[in-house]
Amino acid sequence: MKQIGKILIACGLAILAVLFIGWWQVDGPGAASVPGKRSQPLTEMDFELTNQNGEAVGPKTLIGQPSLVFFGFTYCPDVCPTTLSDISAWLDEIGPDAEALNTILISVDPDRDTVEVMAEYVSYFHPQIQGWTGSDVQVASAAAGFRAVYEKVMREDGDYTMNHTAGVFLFDATGRFVTTIDYHEPREFAVPKIRRAMQSQDERAET
Amino acid sequence: MRHITNTLRCLSFVLLMGLSTVSAAQENAGDLKIVVEQPWARASIGTSRPGGAYLALRNEGDVPVYLVGLRADISAMPSIHETQTNDEGVSRMVPAGDIEIPAGGTLALEPGSYHIMLMKLQSPLVEGETFPMTLLFSDGLEMEVVVPVLRIGARGPEG
Repeated sequence: MKQIGKILIACGLAILAVLFIGWWQVDGPGAASVPGKRSQPLTEMDFELTNQNGEAVGPKTLIGQPSLVFFGFTYCPDVCPTTLSDISAWLDEIGPDAEALNTILISVDPDRDTVEVMAEYVSYFHPQIQGWTGSDVQVASAAAGFRAVYEKVMREDGDYTMNHTAGVFLFDATGRFVTTIDYHEPREFAVPKIRRAMQSQDERAET
Repeated sequence: MRHITNTLRCLSFVLLMGLSTVSAAQENAGDLKIVVEQPWARASIGTSRPGGAYLALRNEGDVPVYLVGLRADISAMPSIHETQTNDEGVSRMVPAGDIEIPAGGTLALEPGSYHIMLMKLQSPLVEGETFPMTLLFSDGLEMEVVVPVLRIGARGPEG
């Protein structure tokens, strides 16, 4: 009988340990920048970067207008120019209303993407698109707020490339996170999602 | 039965549509029954960044053919890569290795998937210009393709 009691206690402890590990990884301190987690609201983020005009910017800069934020780097040959071209097409489709939309590319490669480099790069796409960069620490702190991840990877030619979160984050004018446009999502879904982010601000203003 | 006939009609229509969009850059080299469709590249900013190029390859033969690599004077290190996006939405690029073009099938190199990386550009890719590259296939077969350079914001062969 004593034996059974010991086994039960051991099992109970094992279950508690598993639960604790689960909590630690999912919700606890071990959860920092877990990919796939929802972005924080802009109002709870704290970071400072520099825009393409050399001005200091941060999450508070974006509040007041709906925002579309994505991560990338200018030495990226496929995903980033495609995302920038897609976004340019969405903005064209939305038309004059798009002027009320903050559209921000944040570099995950600040070593190569200086303010000057970002200024030139974004100039090739829709005029609404801004390019923000900063120091390694500043970029890491920005990415953490959006729950975006990135890592440097060596390429076969001795240069490096960046793996990074490729989705587009949408926020309403109050800074509330609305949704993400995934990289492989059909184009038809993107514009309605952006309009939703733009509307959810109006709805909030009415209530 | 009627359903199948309709499906076949539809298929042949799609194939005809496909044929009518075949680019002028197509070439049939020797035994290689590969047709190149709609090659294009994005204009580059200078030469410090890798360039990207895309095309589709249709295999009109009855055996699979493998795309194994390419040569291009404009790049000191051209290669074929694949962009992969995982469940967490993180994109990465990996060298593609040999890629099968199934008999009667088409292999598309397109944004967000397989693409040609032109590393160590020897000269910039200038919008409105073209450059030649040579595709290398299994069995040592080769094919030269002339690639038009579109604007940096191009989303596909139509611009």
